[in-house]
Amino acid sequence: MAPLLEVKDLTVRFTTEDGVVNAVDGVSYTVEPGRTLGIVGESGSGKSVSSLTVMGLTRARNAEITGEVLFDGKNLLEASEQEMRTVRGGPIAMIFQDPMSSLHPMYRIGRQLVEAVQMHQKVSKAAARDRAAEMLALVGIPDARRRLDSYPHEFSGGMRQRVMIAMGLCNNPRMLIADEPTTALDVTVQAQILELIRRLQSELDTAVILITHDLGVVAEVTDDIAVMYCGRIVERGPKDQIFAAPQHPYTWGLLKSIPRLDTPRDQPLVPIAGRPPSLINRPTGCHFHPRCPYVRPECVTVDPTLEPIPNDPTHVVRCLIPAGERKRIWADLKAGRTPAVAAVEAGITNDPEEASDGA
Amino acid sequence: MGTYIIRRLLWTILLLFLISAITFVIFNILPSADPALLRAGKNPTPEGIAAIRQQLGTDRPKIEQFWSYMKDLVFHFNFGRSYINDVDVKATILDRLPNTLFLISGAAVIWFTAGVVIGTISSVKRGSIWDRVAMGSALLFISAPVYWLGLVVTYLFSDDLGKFPLLPGVGAYAAAHGFFAQAHALIMPWMVLAAAFAAIYARLLRSNMLEVMGEDYIRTARAKGLPGRSVIRHGLRSAITPLVTVLGLDVGILVGGAILTESVFSIPGIGRLSFDAIQRGDLQTIQGTTLFLALAVCLTSLVVDVLYAFLDPRVRY
Repeated sequence: MAPLLEVKDLTVRFTTEDGVVNAVDGVSYTVEPGRTLGIVGESGSGKSVSSLTVMGLTRARNAEITGEVLFDGKNLLEASEQEMRTVRGGPIAMIFQDPMSSLHPMYRIGRQLVEAVQMHQKVSKAAARDRAAEMLALVGIPDARRRLDSYPHEFSGGMRQRVMIAMGLCNNPRMLIADEPTTALDVTVQAQILELIRRLQSELDTAVILITHDLGVVAEVTDDIAVMYCGRIVERGPKDQIFAAPQHPYTWGLLKSIPRLDTPRDQPLVPIAGRPPSLINRPTGCHFHPRCPYVRPECVTVDPTLEPIPNDPTHVVRCLIPAGERKRIWADLKAGRTPAVAAVEAGITNDPEEASDGA
Repeated sequence: MGTYIIRRLLWTILLLFLISAITFVIFNILPSADPALLRAGKNPTPEGIAAIRQQLGTDRPKIEQFWSYMKDLVFHFNFGRSYINDVDVKATILDRLPNTLFLISGAAVIWFTAGVVIGTISSVKRGSIWDRVAMGSALLFISAPVYWLGLVVTYLFSDDLGKFPLLPGVGAYAAAHGFFAQAHALIMPWMVLAAAFAAIYARLLRSNMLEVMGEDYIRTARAKGLPGRSVIRHGLRSAITPLVTVLGLDVGILVGGAILTESVFSIPGIGRLSFDAIQRGDLQTIQGTTLFLALAVCLTSLVVDVLYAFLDPRVRY
């Protein structure tokens, strides 16, 4: 199927007083109609900036944006601000992390929805109101027509996120970008919201980009996963592949740091050592090397490229460790060994002190 | 809401009582002109002064004077009579009030509009040459005292003394008759009074706007595809609300008398009245204007608080 959205080698840099922030560096991905791409990463990994750039919301005097964002074959990076306005909230809609602060506190819900509808559809106010009520009902808000006259503070967090979703979907977008849509919500509400997105997606055949730091969320709803680190995609592939045979040490770290029901209670979670690097002074070589338990001398100097793994062209990874060794390390980690032990077993001759520090 | 307003009004009454007591104490403790002496003429005799004191009631014990003043005030809403010219203080205040209100309302419209427009443009074009010039001159106007600015403007533009005689100058208002003539005469005082306020409001709105424009709901507005103008309107809706509070209090204070502006331009308003009363040791009038100021501030702040509940749907009493 022809991709709906094709991001090619997208790079976003911001010039600030402290230096040049390399927020997004050479990111490429595609999304087909009706499918869901999960973009996973820590805060500051560039996952939000890359999607805001797709929407043209990072354009600023201090921003330098290169690459291509092809939506339906048209490069959005070259579109004028006026053209982008017809795209935003129309064919591409976006919902945000914090429903508490994402709705204007002083306007009624109805007005905010009507505004969105009338921005993209030439309809009367009454028709737009009908559409707004219809959307509220669709996202499961009871007594929708009356609720149009409510203010955001009269809704709970989960309900507000439903309103945001209604607002995003009211113009039948072909693509929905959901930036951490469940992060600010209770776990039970999270499940409802994800279920809602999935149901609406299948009903409306919308493509979805789901940005999250929560692997549990991507496991629920996505088809493909891109793992971002320090402004780059370090691993990308079909969801099942990423969970069954992850290739990048950072992905391993993410997977091992989530609690699971089937791990013994006394087994500690393994956090990823260190903190995300500064996007102004990025590490040399592989950007993950200062935090990688399996670091080799060449990782410090050689910057790996995104390469497909053997026998699977859909699964790509940015790592210098040979494929066979990666397989062994993951097997060790899956068996419950610590990264330090796994590193030694894999024959990586690191200073053991440093490696165990990293564990 | 109803109980809230009643509670506020009761507090206002208590506050007014305290204020009149404080004014009375300050006037009697601090050295000030003896009203009897001022009234007695050029060559007063001790008997004459004593007679005037008796007539004014200032020979009685202080506490008795306060008591009778308060009695009149509370039961008759009577502010007493001026020590200087024996006219009824309440009547004088009400007589002067329209002049002050005319001055303030015109100035408030100017400064609020100018402040909002300049502040909005500055925040939208942050860091531009416009922003720098606007904020720089704002600082200048905030620092410029009204009496200085009043004199400078008079020197430059007044039609009698000015280098560029464009506008009616000092005393023009007192001489003018009819709404349009008076409004014309007030252009200069309006500008002078509004200058510092407009500057403060512009800076306030600019910083409010800069904060609001970084809010998530502004990003939502942009993500909906709204054009820049509508996005700014969304921001302005939030940024302007705190300004209304400030506006209410400023107007309240000024209703009690724009002393400097009224003095510079010889506008017979409440400020001018207080100024003269203080100079002449006219306790009754000072009491009256002070109480009136306090009442104006209390009422406008009440109005602002009630209004706020309509402006910001999250606020409930």
